[in-house]
Amino acid sequence: MKPAPFTYHRATSVEDAIAQLSDPDAMARPLAGGQSLVPMLNLRLAPVGRLVDLGRIDALKHAEDQGASIRYGALLTHAAFEDHRVPDGSNGLMPYIGGQIAYRAVRTRGTIGGAIALADPAADWLTTVVALEGEIAIAGAKGRRTVAAADFVIGPYMTALDEGEIIEAIIVPRRPAGERWGHYKATRKTGEYADSMAIALNDASSRKVRLVIGATEGAPLVMVKTAASCAQGASREQVAAVLHEELAASGRDFSPVKLHLHRTTALRALQQAGLS
Amino acid sequence: MGAELSRHTEGQGVGASVRRKEDRRYLNGEGEYVADIQVPGMAEVAFLRSPVAHGKIKSIEVPEAYRDQVFFAADINFTKPIVAVSAAKGFKASDYPALTSDKARFVGDLLAICIAPTRAEAEDIASACVIDFEELPAVWDIEVARKPDAPRVHDHWADNVYIETRIQTGDLDAVRKAAAVTVRKSLRMGRHAGVSMEGRGVLAHYDRRLDELVVHSSTQFPHVVRTIMAECLGISESKLRVIAPDVGGGFGPKNNFHPEELAIAALSMKLNRPLRWVEDRREHLVASPHAREHRYELCAYADAKGRILGLEAEVVVDAGAYSVWPWTASMEAGMSAGIMTGPYDIPVYHARAITVATNKSPLGPYRGVGRSGACFAIETLVDAVARAVNREPADVRIENMVRPEAMPYQSATHKLYDSGDYPECAKRAREAVDFAGVRARQARGEPDGRLIGLGMASYTEQSAHGTAEWVARGLPVVFGYEPALARFTPDGKLILFVGIQNHGQGLETTLAQVANQELGIPVADVIVRHGDSSVSPYGMGTFASRSMTMAGGAVSVACAALAEKIKRIGAHLLQAQVDAVTLANGRVHVGDQSVSFVEVAQAAFLHPERLPVGEDPALEVNAVYQPGRSTGAFSYATHACVVAVDAGTGHVEILDYVVCHDCGTMVNPMIVEAQVVGGVAQGLGTALYEEIPYDENGQPLASTFLDYTIPGPTEVPDVRVLHMETPSPHTRFGIKGMGEGGAIAPPAVVINAINDALRPLKVEIGETPATAERILHEIVAAQEARRP
Repeated sequence: MKPAPFTYHRATSVEDAIAQLSDPDAMARPLAGGQSLVPMLNLRLAPVGRLVDLGRIDALKHAEDQGASIRYGALLTHAAFEDHRVPDGSNGLMPYIGGQIAYRAVRTRGTIGGAIALADPAADWLTTVVALEGEIAIAGAKGRRTVAAADFVIGPYMTALDEGEIIEAIIVPRRPAGERWGHYKATRKTGEYADSMAIALNDASSRKVRLVIGATEGAPLVMVKTAASCAQGASREQVAAVLHEELAASGRDFSPVKLHLHRTTALRALQQAGLS
Repeated sequence: MGAELSRHTEGQGVGASVRRKEDRRYLNGEGEYVADIQVPGMAEVAFLRSPVAHGKIKSIEVPEAYRDQVFFAADINFTKPIVAVSAAKGFKASDYPALTSDKARFVGDLLAICIAPTRAEAEDIASACVIDFEELPAVWDIEVARKPDAPRVHDHWADNVYIETRIQTGDLDAVRKAAAVTVRKSLRMGRHAGVSMEGRGVLAHYDRRLDELVVHSSTQFPHVVRTIMAECLGISESKLRVIAPDVGGGFGPKNNFHPEELAIAALSMKLNRPLRWVEDRREHLVASPHAREHRYELCAYADAKGRILGLEAEVVVDAGAYSVWPWTASMEAGMSAGIMTGPYDIPVYHARAITVATNKSPLGPYRGVGRSGACFAIETLVDAVARAVNREPADVRIENMVRPEAMPYQSATHKLYDSGDYPECAKRAREAVDFAGVRARQARGEPDGRLIGLGMASYTEQSAHGTAEWVARGLPVVFGYEPALARFTPDGKLILFVGIQNHGQGLETTLAQVANQELGIPVADVIVRHGDSSVSPYGMGTFASRSMTMAGGAVSVACAALAEKIKRIGAHLLQAQVDAVTLANGRVHVGDQSVSFVEVAQAAFLHPERLPVGEDPALEVNAVYQPGRSTGAFSYATHACVVAVDAGTGHVEILDYVVCHDCGTMVNPMIVEAQVVGGVAQGLGTALYEEIPYDENGQPLASTFLDYTIPGPTEVPDVRVLHMETPSPHTRFGIKGMGEGGAIAPPAVVINAINDALRPLKVEIGETPATAERILHEIVAAQEARRP
């Protein structure tokens, strides 16, 4: 479990990193917190010719309160959220999520941008920023662009990032002050990746409900119909029936067990958000 | 209990909870493991291992640049393969070579040795080699292996069965006729790994001055490794020194002679170069000897009250590609079938034990060998019998147990249970877990909707078995005894040279406590040396819950003889009668006069003129010890636990876990308790988390800690341990072994508790690990079956 040879470049700026990553012959990959990439290197599962370490780019480590939204630098660690070292506009959801990813040792190194860029379907931040209707700010050789979080993930470990592009920031809109959130995650044991996770948002004043289910073998599922039935005040049984139908119609090939599990986490998240 | 405890905490002898002497170096990071040792000129090794489960090796291409850094079977063709044959009739032998050259028989099988200055460079070389296989269909499962037209793991075998044995005690037909209820059960226990904190490791180099090969290995039995390694290398044992330095946990997988040990030693000899291999976690999970993988077909015949009249059992074990030395492939199934009736008085018992070969890593011993499976089988069956007669499992369990007045008791499998009160132990566990309170809580229901379940499981643990037992099992080596050389230094300190190997058991402390018991020497003045074939007398090592009984007995015998000599010399120095003197606190006392052991040792070593007439100089005794009966001292326990099962996710939480156990006289109750808790933690891994499934190509599906889960601090409950102490009549001080016991019952007790919880859903689990996914699968299947 030792990595194959690679060259190492410590990037000094976003531009420097992009230049290093844009060489098509280098098999270059960016290194953020390294909590997934380094084990993959050691297992020789990720062919890497050049490792571009983003860890010293200070510009990626700041959070900026922009009023209607908060812009989080991609290199902010899970612990930075857990410890309330960055502003929060999610009524406490993001600090809570930051505090229950893996173990504290992982949280002090792992980053929000790194987790989203890897796009492991079970990653906590992916489901969270989709639920919060966030955006991903991307920088590359051709310039900068912004993609809605819900469109960023294309499939398991597949994203809208092009060759040579990196995530610069995650922009999360400030949620309504009265909105309640619910979260439920099923894991094999403490600290493991989710087998299913769900986040529900309930803004009673505007009768808006949002429900997102993660760890679904692809992009997180935004459960529009289930959320609508909740918003209309449907009974728990009615909501469960709509949820079941919507999951079955999602196009994902869920086993009966996975279907049962996703239904459980979704209903519990809704309940925690004060619904049904 | 209070009076008993105060007796234990007095002094430092047998029964005192003395703090562990060896922990200072471990806690200060001063332990020395194979990976810490530096030898000038040493190269690091990465093995080229088979990526396929079953395939003929047509060629292996090595890039030109690495030609002199890659070595094959032909380069060490002076080695003999490792052959572990059971004396049981019809056992099919397998040749387990240091490196395989004809065909690969499991993913991880050794093909070549790559050497380089660093491990990373050695891995680069291994990954640059190109292997051309003619792939063969994989024998990846017990059912596949048993098909008549199955491909053969070993080409010259008639089928894929290592051995099938039978036990037939009593008249089964009569029992079938008499039984009011017949209860059947099919069970599966998953395959997993040992997961010691330190993996295996080997370092070999030649000592020119002594003209001997020196092999450091992370092993549980260095002396025995020397014997088999010398034989396989074709050299004399007098030219081979095997050292087990600090060993970071063993649990059984380090209690085999491994082809890696042979390969490294052989190539080091051939090249005359120091070589080291350190197992990484992936190699450990994929290619170290695996644990468990049992299947059971059981049938109990009982009367209307649940009294079990007879038992039929078929045990099938997947022993993987090769028979491991010295245990042989037959051990797991044989032990399971051989101890199946456990603490119960079941007069009629018929069993078949079948061991099959597959294209998987060989199966070896692991904490609780065979007995975890046997306990899982009989204890889930006892619960099923109780349900069939509509009675409390706890009552049926206790009523079926061997009564204390029946001790010593001969079981249906001819085991001789030496002592104890099994029903009392079960009752104490039932009381401690608050049986009535849990039943009341179940009736109330939980606010969060989770289902509460209560489980119990009991077992007997044969420990410290000697000559008779190992001869009966037909092994190549009979582990009948342990030695101890107790040697004073001229300045009055005591060094104990022993043949066991301490890798977490606290033996550097507990053996010193035995010396204190015999000699009254402070524990701080006693040093325990072990793990080096050139330092200690030949001994068998540490496994099978034997070291405290066996080496403790040997230390006792040696120190008792030393005590007599010290008394004679001390009495002479004090001008007193020998029978008037006593030994305490490192001194010989008569009345209020005393001489120190320093003065005694100085007389013995440096001033023979001070000795009594006729007394030999020097102060050392070499002793060997065998228990009075070599059929084993039987520890026993009842575990009881309370779980909460979440029917929405399949998740199981352990709410309470109680162990009431009896391991005879405890040398150090603090260490005993920690060993029990550690064993329970590992058993919970078997019960709920640990598994290496294989796909139909024979590929292991768990090869890192991402896929292979072990219980962590949040999964292991605060285990409450209750002690009973019934001394064994056969051993010194009445000690019984207990190192494995904690790991035996958890699969049984947890599954019983889960099934108790799932009763309202009419769902049962019969497989370990009982993962959330498996539990949910059963719940969903039952729901769908009920749907109109």
